[in-house]
Amino acid sequence: MSITFPQKATGSPVAAQLVARIALRAEAVLIPVGALLAGFVAFSLFLLFLGKSPVEFFALVWKGGFSSAFSWQNTLSRVAPLVLAALCVALPARLGLVVIGGEGAIVLGGLAAAVTGTLVVGLPSAMGMVLMAVAAMCLGGLWIGAIGALRIKRGVNETIASLLMAYIAIALLNHFVEGPFRDPASLNKPSTAPIETALQVGDMPFVAAHWGVLAGIVACLLCWVLIERTTIGFAARIAGDNVRAAQIQGLPVSKLVIGFTALGGACAGLGGYFEVAAVHGSANASLIAGYGYTGILVAFLARHNPLVIIPVAVLLAGFEASGGLIQRRMDLPDATVLVFEGMVFIIILLSEALYGRLRIFNPGLRGAS
Amino acid sequence: MTPPNTMNRRRFLGTSAMALGATSLGLAQSAQAQSNLTVGFIYVGPKDDFGYNQAHAEGAAAVKAMSGVTVLEEENVPESQDVQNTMESMINFDGASLLFPTSFGYFNPHILEVAPKYPDVRFEHCGGLWTEGNPTNAGSYFGYIGMGQYLNGVTAGHATKSKKIGFVAAKPIPQVLNNINSFLLGARSVDPTITCQVIFTGEWSLAVKEAEATNALTDQGCDVITCHVDGPKVVCETAAARDAFVCGYHADQSPLAGDKYLTGAEWNWASIYTDMVSKTMAGAPIDNFVRGGLADNFIKMSPLGPAVSDAARAQFEATKAEIIAGGFAAIKGPLKDNKGNVIAAEGQSFVETDVAIESMGYLVEGVIGSTS
Repeated sequence: MSITFPQKATGSPVAAQLVARIALRAEAVLIPVGALLAGFVAFSLFLLFLGKSPVEFFALVWKGGFSSAFSWQNTLSRVAPLVLAALCVALPARLGLVVIGGEGAIVLGGLAAAVTGTLVVGLPSAMGMVLMAVAAMCLGGLWIGAIGALRIKRGVNETIASLLMAYIAIALLNHFVEGPFRDPASLNKPSTAPIETALQVGDMPFVAAHWGVLAGIVACLLCWVLIERTTIGFAARIAGDNVRAAQIQGLPVSKLVIGFTALGGACAGLGGYFEVAAVHGSANASLIAGYGYTGILVAFLARHNPLVIIPVAVLLAGFEASGGLIQRRMDLPDATVLVFEGMVFIIILLSEALYGRLRIFNPGLRGAS
Repeated sequence: MTPPNTMNRRRFLGTSAMALGATSLGLAQSAQAQSNLTVGFIYVGPKDDFGYNQAHAEGAAAVKAMSGVTVLEEENVPESQDVQNTMESMINFDGASLLFPTSFGYFNPHILEVAPKYPDVRFEHCGGLWTEGNPTNAGSYFGYIGMGQYLNGVTAGHATKSKKIGFVAAKPIPQVLNNINSFLLGARSVDPTITCQVIFTGEWSLAVKEAEATNALTDQGCDVITCHVDGPKVVCETAAARDAFVCGYHADQSPLAGDKYLTGAEWNWASIYTDMVSKTMAGAPIDNFVRGGLADNFIKMSPLGPAVSDAARAQFEATKAEIIAGGFAAIKGPLKDNKGNVIAAEGQSFVETDVAIESMGYLVEGVIGSTS
């Protein structure tokens, strides 16, 4: 986030302020873009070391992810869970919390949606769909909100707690899918009973991707408004920058932490709902697909800005969409795209240290190391 | 899920002459004879996992050796939207017209979703899930590998000194339960006092738990271990390191266990895949539902290891011949489950093709463990 520190005015105050403001905007754009490019360069060196052509790699990323209508379909169909999982990281991050267990909220959200789907039979389908989504968001929200509460009430480290809770969530999913909620007809792949066709979410018109993509984009917009344009968001940003200062100001830090973690969890839970209602049709172990973890990468690349999450998710989805093509054409292992993403991730994290330290973006800076 | 008929490969070969008119079986639309065929294989895990995926990759390697065939492979594809995208990507970018999405969870909903969009592409799924009403350009195949575990059990029965053998299992589903029961019944055909301890890890691929389970089994005195998880590497290496004998599963794990390797129940996908690919290239239809066992070359046994005694070898070969001859049943009366319920009365038996086996929900008497 770009915090505007008052700059020491030199010369004409108006002109200097304008320059400083433009420079800060430029900093917010150029540092991540530069880091992304540096990541590309580092990965190219890695490929050269393996004796593979970086040009071919990036050409295939383009071809597989962005070059044709089919590539875009392939990319967009991966966006919904990534965007919603990223919000589960980004919202708590605005309060200074590093929550990495969105996977747990996704699988439990999916489970809640699938089980609700079997209970709402007979109700109008629109109402049934809403109830399924609400159930998914509530359970996801409770799950991640509990991590916020543990942090505030008991001082439990939220990073570790969320990771461990994700394991518990997966164990719960397996237990319920293989036990109480198992459809007896699902012999060798234990699943909940399939939801009715009327409750399934279809594709959007003109785009071969389900409505979850639009829901994810709307969720990002709403979260951005909440953070940047409301007093609640303002209070959260203050608490995220300096929790002691926020407490001294009398801001309700506990409520903010629990509320933002719960909201993040609700987003991830909604992602689980779409996985069940638009993709799988029932809850089973296939829900554990790792979207929660890729969401971490998306949120950090977007520097926890909900608006930036959208293009970053599209970019990463494009990388993943081209992963298969890279395996097949370049004879590289499946982990190649992960190595690529990992390198970009580390360089982006390193670039965080540059904010406010480069004189070109901070004309007021004097003699900084 | 229960298949309407169990047409195995031999019966299919016998009836393929009349296949053209047999639309009620949902046979493949007669494809044009293709001189150059692109075939895609999709794996849920790494293709060198010494297990489920490697078994399929070995089949793919056999197809790769055929002339006029281009093989595409993609590994670590989750059973999510990803596999739909991978299938479409292979079709759209690489011109694949025959796909083998090999993981059980790829069928419903993913193949069912994609197959109708590409009527000219053939989807062959491993798992035996195809039923009447599913897309006719999709099909499924599976092997009766329980008999392989029965033969594993015969060698285990001869090798065990403690009369306790162990089984590391993923999930208590019918296919896994059938393997556990077959393994013990094979061992009990040697010595009816043998018991089998089973530990369920709960996941198809969870190396740490598989190692813990193997150690726990050897700690309890089990001296022959086998498993049903996606990648048996960890189980085999751990068991051999703890000086227990190993029976393999999915693929040949003898390089992992050395002298401790007795034998293993392996898939023989090379025979099935080359057959299906040559049929497709000749423009001949493939049955939508294909199943078979040892006799049909769907499964095979690893070569017997050096620790297998002459007596064990003799019984192994005799039992194998009996299975190949047909009509052999591992589950036969009088037999109870490990809770005391009668499964098979005197004179009653369930051969490998029996549909009752498909919904097996019990562990037989002598298996120590619980399905829930």
